[in-house]
Amino acid sequence: MSNVPLTKDAAEEAAPLAEDLVVLDSVNKHFGALHVLQDINLTIKRGEVVVVIGPSGSGKSTLCRTINRLETIDDGSITIDGDSLPDEGRGLARLRADVGMVFQSFNLFAHKTVLENVMLGPIKVRRQNKDEVQARARKLLDRVGVGSQADKYPAQLSGGQQQRVAIARALAMEPKVMLFDEPTSALDPEMINEVLEVMQQLAREGMTMVVVTHEMGFARSAADRVVFMADGRIVEEATPHQFFDNPRSDRAKDFLSKILKH
Amino acid sequence: MFDFLDLEQYDLFGAFWTTVQLTVFSAIGSLIWGTILAGMRVSPVPIMRSFGTAYVHIFRNTPLTLIIVFCSLGLYQTLGMTMFAEGNVDTIGFRLAVLGFIAYTSTFVCEALRSGINTVPVGQAEAARALGLSFTQVLRIVVLPQAFRSVVAPLANVLIALTKNTTVAAAISVAEAAALMRTMIENEANLIPIALLFAIGFIILTLPTGLLLGWLAKRVAVKR
Ligand SMILES: Nc1ncnc2c1ncn2[C@@H]1O[C@H](COP(=O)(O)OP(=O)(O)O)[C@@H](O)[C@H]1O
Ligand SMILES: [Mg+2]
Repeated sequence: MSNVPLTKDAAEEAAPLAEDLVVLDSVNKHFGALHVLQDINLTIKRGEVVVVIGPSGSGKSTLCRTINRLETIDDGSITIDGDSLPDEGRGLARLRADVGMVFQSFNLFAHKTVLENVMLGPIKVRRQNKDEVQARARKLLDRVGVGSQADKYPAQLSGGQQQRVAIARALAMEPKVMLFDEPTSALDPEMINEVLEVMQQLAREGMTMVVVTHEMGFARSAADRVVFMADGRIVEEATPHQFFDNPRSDRAKDFLSKILKH
Repeated sequence: MFDFLDLEQYDLFGAFWTTVQLTVFSAIGSLIWGTILAGMRVSPVPIMRSFGTAYVHIFRNTPLTLIIVFCSLGLYQTLGMTMFAEGNVDTIGFRLAVLGFIAYTSTFVCEALRSGINTVPVGQAEAARALGLSFTQVLRIVVLPQAFRSVVAPLANVLIALTKNTTVAAAISVAEAAALMRTMIENEANLIPIALLFAIGFIILTLPTGLLLGWLAKRVAVKR
């Protein structure tokens, strides 16, 4: 993996723009009788890396998915760079294009090569020039360390490689913010680090990131803030140092004692 | 055995050629309309979904003969639809039959495709939506190409069934193979050889289709 930046000069771009990039205001969501997001207020600043942590079923994935409206919300509002999320249609597609998402299960397009996976969004959504997109896609693949796999199909790659391709695919859209939903949970242990390294590098370059993960090493070294969720609520928000060394809530203490044991 | 077969009197190849044409035009139409129906059935728009579902249930469960006869009696003789072939009765009959076959066969294409759509992991469609692709783009670029590859074999069965179903067009006097067979049976005494002759004719049409598409199915399968 080279040390060339993964994004365009993010810091330089950021300066004159508004501080708050993603703002969730009193967001509520139900799945039938289940109140899965309860009055969520969360603001993510430009360039900030927020790690979301919490027990299984606490609503972390749902939170991520509402931010690019893969899930609708019942009430409250979500704005991205000042624009509120529109309903279905062109406006929504445009907004989604600015929000990169990386899934636990990679979700690469199985019938397309690695290179085609990365090129698809910029060509079909942003209507960019094919040659330029290809050059950029190859560069991105090199940067995440899978340049030599460009012409293979996803099924021919290891999980760690697939996830790095998925990151490159999201970055190819030049998103304003990247969402990661447990990006390393489906990986064999020896592949976790190669993915975390790419994410670390992104964080260093100033990418705005929301990362659902239980990787505490990553949270400690890359996160500006840890958000602890339980039962659909944000129970605690703190710096990684505060949260891991000195959690305030009982829920967080209980949770941390469980994940630290094994 | 086949010495009753006077090719001057009976246009055997012409009749089978009509069968082939009926099959090809109906197959192309069914593939297109069936794909659109499948798209409707998975669309997020409730009206589209209801229409797709209702259409499939109505046409799949109506006997084909009834549909073909309705095309002739209802659309042509009652409503005067001539399918852009004013005056030419043979062409009108042929086109009406194709219309009927498409209306019917598309429901089977739709259902085969829908089962193919179900084999595509939902996460891929979500990833495509997350990139900012529209519903039709997700369907066209990500879902359908994989769905088609997984249902080549079932679609081959639909095509073979369609080839044989074209014999129903005889009911509205389209001069395809079964119509000729009926004429020959009336004129000649050799019932069994005639039936055998036409059976062989249909096997010659359908067997290579099945083998070719079976081979194709293996080749294009998406590795996961
Ligand atoms: N599409 C859905 N329909 C119904 N319930 C769901 C759906 N998605 C998630 N849930 C439920 O919502 C709760 C929160 O899920 P999720 O956001 O995936 O939690 P986490 O990612 O923190 O494990 C769980 O109880 C889950 O069963
Ligand atoms: Mg989850």
